[in-house]
Amino acid sequence: MVTLQFIPYNDIEALSSAKRIQKLLNVVKDNKIVLLQGRLKKEEEKDLIEITMEEIDEKFKGIELSVIYPNKNYKTFAEKFKKGVYEFLLGDRTGMTIIGPATVVKEIKKDPNKIELFTKEGKTKRRKKR
Amino acid sequence: MIGFFKSFLNKFVLDLFKRKKHIKLGLYGPPNGGKTTLANRVCQDWLGEDMGSVSNVAHETREIQIKEQINIKSNGKELSFNLVDTPGIATRIDYEEFLKFGMKEKQAKARAKEATKGVIDSVKWLDNMDAVVVVLDSTKDPYSQVNITIIGNLAARNIPVLIAANKVDLKKSKIKKIEEAFPQYDVVGVSAKYGNNVDNFYGALFKIAGK
Repeated sequence: MVTLQFIPYNDIEALSSAKRIQKLLNVVKDNKIVLLQGRLKKEEEKDLIEITMEEIDEKFKGIELSVIYPNKNYKTFAEKFKKGVYEFLLGDRTGMTIIGPATVVKEIKKDPNKIELFTKEGKTKRRKKR
Repeated sequence: MIGFFKSFLNKFVLDLFKRKKHIKLGLYGPPNGGKTTLANRVCQDWLGEDMGSVSNVAHETREIQIKEQINIKSNGKELSFNLVDTPGIATRIDYEEFLKFGMKEKQAKARAKEATKGVIDSVKWLDNMDAVVVVLDSTKDPYSQVNITIIGNLAARNIPVLIAANKVDLKKSKIKKIEEAFPQYDVVGVSAKYGNNVDNFYGALFKIAGK
């Protein structure tokens, strides 16, 4: 059985980067697939890879990670400014981050319009369309 | 105001970078993309020697390797750099995968351990690079989060990026898919193994080095 755990952005908003990553990894190490509202910062995504590597052992084999993000082009200065202010005040809540344990999730395939998650148990295929 | 400081800083840093005699050129990407094969191609072409060993088994390169003072020439211009070949960046490493290649359990576990350390080193070295070639296997899906995270972090650091779409000699190669995935970057199709299109690759290196 595959367990999905939704984590709203509010749950990680007040946490430091290190605590955010640890919180997400703790859920994943509990063999659950995390569906996080929004996305981590680029630096945090990099740190997530680094910390995942530090924690790999015979039981924990790593993670599968994917981010669904609307590909909006903010052309005018006003649009960019508005987006910047919104993200500064509220964090990047756009899109969704999926993090699964490597022992459960075989692969997450993504193209601009859809995401496919292949699990190891029974090779179930789930689809999520943007 | 922040934008002004950012552009001032970028210009200042870029000017400093241009004045550097030897830039650090990193080869980054997921495992088995052909980073070391490309490094060997560059080293063979300009130094007459290999840089590292290559293998079909993932995570063959598990330590950062550096070749110093490579001078390349293209269209009458000259470029000097130190080439840094990095271990492939991955989010999962399972020693059992290595068993499929006939390794013994002890050997597979040791390789997995070294590979995790290699990934950590690669990530840490991102900050040391002056320019980076992201080497992607053009027969594979370019939309993996590892690729996006590497390129996103390089962009956040204002490090110039060139994407080498490797393995163009293979039928399944799809450079267009890589170009669509990363439209803001130059993509050069190459076959590091057979040397296809390496002249264009060398030409593109001058561009990211700001020459």
